[in-house]
Amino acid sequence: MSRKIRVLVAKAGLDGHDRGAKVVAAALRDAGMEVVYTGLHQTPEMIVAAALQEDVDVIGLSLHSGAHMVLFRRVLELMRERGLGQVLLTGGGVIPEEDAVVLQAEGVGRIFGPGTNTGALAAYINTEVELRRAQGGTP
Amino acid sequence: MDMAAGILAGDMRALARGLTLVEERLPGARELCVKLAPHTGRALRVGVTGAPGAGKSTLIDALIRAARARGERVAVLAVDPSSPRTGGALLGDRVRMTSHANDDGVFVRSMASRGALGALAPNAGEALDLFDAAGFTLLFVESVGAGQADVDIAAESDITLVLSAPGGGDSIQAMKSGILEIADLWVVSKGDNPQAAALKHELLAMLALGGADQLEERVCVVAALANQGVEELLAKMLAAGAAARADGAFAARRRQRVRRRILAAAAELCAEKLPTDTPLLTELEARIRAGDLSVVGAARALLSGGNV
Repeated sequence: MSRKIRVLVAKAGLDGHDRGAKVVAAALRDAGMEVVYTGLHQTPEMIVAAALQEDVDVIGLSLHSGAHMVLFRRVLELMRERGLGQVLLTGGGVIPEEDAVVLQAEGVGRIFGPGTNTGALAAYINTEVELRRAQGGTP
Repeated sequence: MDMAAGILAGDMRALARGLTLVEERLPGARELCVKLAPHTGRALRVGVTGAPGAGKSTLIDALIRAARARGERVAVLAVDPSSPRTGGALLGDRVRMTSHANDDGVFVRSMASRGALGALAPNAGEALDLFDAAGFTLLFVESVGAGQADVDIAAESDITLVLSAPGGGDSIQAMKSGILEIADLWVVSKGDNPQAAALKHELLAMLALGGADQLEERVCVVAALANQGVEELLAKMLAAGAAARADGAFAARRRQRVRRRILAAAAELCAEKLPTDTPLLTELEARIRAGDLSVVGAARALLSGGNV
């Protein structure tokens, strides 16, 4: 039996639109993953602390507030500080393509916009985690 | 630094990875448990169980706050069910415990039940051992929403809390036996609900019939969100823990727990050796249908390689 993929799904910042995050959490569960859902209004510090304790392979942020540049960057910075550089940081929401390109260049994974097929998201996570595990990031 | 040393030194990343090792039974998990075993047995392990929605996570959140004020270091193992269909799981207990996210004295780990019966996860006990070795003094293990026969949690805990919430109609009927009997403390949750007092009386009446003693002290009404009765419950838990430590009940329970784990591991090893899809199985099945053999007889035959 192969190791389960563990994903943290979080809503960062002061944005109460959690429908998307819940749909994604349920879809990833149905794709056979173990999804830790943290709920609303999480600070980057809370998200990274939870990711560390839960030893997740993936952090997925949902953002509809417009604060995605600040929040993604801060989460990534804290991840690196706390030794979670191998963890995949991905996410989605209302995020303009030009911003997504910048974030990806800085080390964030793919950013998924409205209308994404949840199957494509699960497939992306499967591939990415397999790759990172093969590189020896996590046992 | 190796993982065991890291865990003993309080490195949270090492602890988190150790928990994954144990949960996934990856190479090194057994060695890790062996190395840490001499460093376990200090923490008080509190099992929290009850029906889905009874308020287990919310109660634990409130108890964490009270315990932190007393200087306890608290770890939580929160178990949620795995989907039997896809093997995936949605682990949502953290949602109620986020107020401690930035507190280094609190560690919350979610675990999926992965098909284990008894409302815990397969390696929950070992995970608690890791928390214990890492220096946490008060451990909570939260079961999945439990029904009538989910009593495993008591075996892995020093103290077991069983929650029931008012307004559930048949909430007590639903747990007549089984989990009500494993409780050290019974908690009526959502104590600010007008029906809480009635539930308490119903519970007292029912437990009195079962012959439980010191009932008035052991049934607690708690309104976790309003922070009513939380401190009192924590005080009772810690006092019960101290008493059990003093009179040897604690040590006896621990020995029992290790014995139980040995037997469970042995049963698992036996199960792995069972032939599953052999022509013999087909033959035995036919003989049962023909009225020639009992199921137990067939099982004996299977284990002895065909000699009935």
